[in-house]
Amino acid sequence: MAIPRFWREIQSRYNLVGTRCGNCGTLDFPPRDVCPKCGRKSVGKMEKVPLSDSGTVVSYTTIHHAPKGFDGTKPYLLAIVELKDGARLTSQIIDCDPADIAIGMPVEATFRKLGQDGASGIIYYGYKFRPSLPATEET
Amino acid sequence: MDVGIVSYGAYVPRYRIAPEEIARVWGADGVALARSLAITRKSVPGPDEDVITISVEAARQAMDRAGIDPQDIGAVYVGSESHPYAVKPTATVVAEAIGATPDLTAADFEFACKAGTAAIQTCMGLVGSGMVKYGMAIGSDTSQGAPGDVLEYSASAGGAAILIGQDPVIAKINATSSCTTDTPDFWRREGAQYPSHGGRFTGEPAYFKHTLRCSSNLFEEMGTEASDYNFAVFHQPNGKFPLRAAKKLGFTEEQVKTGMLVREIGNTYSGAVILGLCAILDDAKPGDRIFMVGYGSGAGSDGFDITVTDGIEKMPQKPAWKVWNQAAKNQEIDYVTYARFRGKIAMPTGA
Amino acid sequence: MRDVAIIGVGDTRFGEIWDKSFREIGIEAGLKALEDANVGAEQIDALYVGNMSAGKFIDQEHVSALVADYAGLANQHPATFRLEGGGAGGGLALASAFMAVASGLWDVVVAGGAEKMTDVGEEEANRILSSTADQEWETVFGATHAALHAMVARRHMYDFGTTREQLAAVAVKNHRNGAKNPNAQYQRELTLEAVLEAPVVADPLGVLDCAPLSDGAAVVVLCPMDMARKFNDTPVRIVGLGVASDTIALHDRRDITTMDSTVVAGKRALHMAKVGTDEIQLAEVHDNYTISEILAIEDLRFVEKGKGGPATEEGVTELDGDIAVNPSGGLKARGQPVGATGIAQAVEVVRQLRGEADARQVDGAEVGLTHVQGGTGATAVVHVFRREN
Repeated sequence: MAIPRFWREIQSRYNLVGTRCGNCGTLDFPPRDVCPKCGRKSVGKMEKVPLSDSGTVVSYTTIHHAPKGFDGTKPYLLAIVELKDGARLTSQIIDCDPADIAIGMPVEATFRKLGQDGASGIIYYGYKFRPSLPATEET
Repeated sequence: MDVGIVSYGAYVPRYRIAPEEIARVWGADGVALARSLAITRKSVPGPDEDVITISVEAARQAMDRAGIDPQDIGAVYVGSESHPYAVKPTATVVAEAIGATPDLTAADFEFACKAGTAAIQTCMGLVGSGMVKYGMAIGSDTSQGAPGDVLEYSASAGGAAILIGQDPVIAKINATSSCTTDTPDFWRREGAQYPSHGGRFTGEPAYFKHTLRCSSNLFEEMGTEASDYNFAVFHQPNGKFPLRAAKKLGFTEEQVKTGMLVREIGNTYSGAVILGLCAILDDAKPGDRIFMVGYGSGAGSDGFDITVTDGIEKMPQKPAWKVWNQAAKNQEIDYVTYARFRGKIAMPTGA
Repeated sequence: MRDVAIIGVGDTRFGEIWDKSFREIGIEAGLKALEDANVGAEQIDALYVGNMSAGKFIDQEHVSALVADYAGLANQHPATFRLEGGGAGGGLALASAFMAVASGLWDVVVAGGAEKMTDVGEEEANRILSSTADQEWETVFGATHAALHAMVARRHMYDFGTTREQLAAVAVKNHRNGAKNPNAQYQRELTLEAVLEAPVVADPLGVLDCAPLSDGAAVVVLCPMDMARKFNDTPVRIVGLGVASDTIALHDRRDITTMDSTVVAGKRALHMAKVGTDEIQLAEVHDNYTISEILAIEDLRFVEKGKGGPATEEGVTELDGDIAVNPSGGLKARGQPVGATGIAQAVEVVRQLRGEADARQVDGAEVGLTHVQGGTGATAVVHVFRREN
């Protein structure tokens, strides 16, 4: 991938920066210039905000046929995640046995390598999600 | 005002490999090796982990605990001997990922296994002089041993982040002391994939000489002796060196056991002594005194005299954050998986 | 607006056509269609070409002019257009050609689709297919075209109790139909066990839940209805057209188990055609994955939402069922040269409505429907056709 193309999105890929519509308050990820609900009324009112770094699994799959650059980690889990504040995104799920994942499972964002331009090129980093760590002692 | 530790964070990858499994591949006596190194298993980073991701995980945990505005961080330094880039800092990615950019200074440090403690000292200077409000010092490594080399049995992965500042501190750093000489016991030349070492030369003239001298200097400066401390932690390239150093200095096994992670996770290089400190902070009570001395080949030691404050009781804690819990939560892998994860099997796509 | 008829159809065999280039397969289908329409090349006013990614598959852009040139039309300078909408490109080409004739602008217009996918390796071809998803927010994170559809399937199973066997039943049916189609890539039947036991691509989808990578082209010739019988005795009228779009990324959909673009395009097309679903005897729908056909028959309202799996299992969509779905074998068995599929569907429906579909002929076919979608449903195109007696 072209370096500037990845670089210009790192705020969202590192820190889940999305937008809040100044008109209706809806959160979107990734950032949008126009709110899908308010249309023209939202133009100029889309404020960049970091979104919640935890959510739940909406659906998932284990990828066995992986594209180039992802074959080193296959099979790997991919999911649609709904963040606590409502926005949805697509992410790998790590630190999770494919037998243990389920729709509705709580997950939280981590920071991992997404890929690289070969052995001597730029390394791309960003979010992958993992099962949420328990807030209290496990029983 | 006192300079000290405002917050801390630790990260240990979940995969483990045992010396016996490595020895099985190379036809060595794994049981004897495990005994002589006093290592049960070592941590292995996942295929999508490196010093940058480990540093970010540790730094984010420190930020979650601290609850400070990341824009108040004036410096980020990451010490490692396995930065993913030879040129392009790990620290810039960390700074971006914790929201500390753009108005701060950042750099990567290298001093074998003590680059992280050097980063702590630098942050202390910047904070103490009033140049920055907070400084984030990180020691992190995904160190590698050449296949079959004795280092392969211990070189592991992990990292820890220490947020240095003045208000409020959970632990005050009373003093720091260093000892440095030109001692070539371990090195990696530019472009070389694996490090080289001087075998037994890494012991007496290197690890012990610097660790003991630095410790004695610190005792002298503070007018203390081993019994004045609740905890002690030393660099731990294996399970034996730190115990022997501790004994010579008059520390008991009870004082060092909390910070001795090497048996469970191996030698995390720049992460090692700081991870040990984090494990101690997980357990420490107000008033506890900690003696910490790191060591880096090449060679040198950095020592710290630390007193835990009342602030530790207000520090947010999650079981999953605790260093010993991270050490215990693990997944054993075989050598082939290890070789795949560590890029020891050449993939045509460079993945 | 003028009524529009299809007066000629032509296609190539779909599959791995090693000995023919992109331009050769395009011309082969085109000449067959002109022959079928009894139209001379000099009568063609315009060409619309559906193509997904010649730029990536054969490193050749500007394929609309290229095809016209190699069809021998360069000297008469026809208007040429290329339409791209992921897997919906062929449908968009047909829709555009329809509008050109309906508007009165042009009389004889060719709509074609072509894709040459086997000049790149399988892994590269799959990567190109995945580029119809959101490259910044899906594929960067390791998503593949198959994986996105697998997540649709998983959620459909969770919400409606659809079973793995019901997904597989789509592949079994479409291979049974493909076995009766001499132009199909796979002219062999599949057992349910074979589909279930095939290597996993992205679970729950296995290799035999996925349409293949194919070369192929298909062409139809359009003219105003009132001119049609000058060329041909068996014109088929395009009575309805619906085109709709949706979010590019699957995760932004209102509901990932409903393709809203298909729902809307279907409603628009049926409304324009003044046809109810009960009047349709056959439909060619987008079955790039087995789950896609289940969604399509639900979202086109052939069956109740959530009942696509049981309906397939019960034979509702077989050749002799209530509504024959993918009598050609669909993308699954007939093949998936991406930009050509939307046109190939129209070719099949015309043959069915003319009663020329031989072993796979649907009895009493009067009204047929085609449906293609791009990406994971960001574009959908539906056409409705009626036999003119």
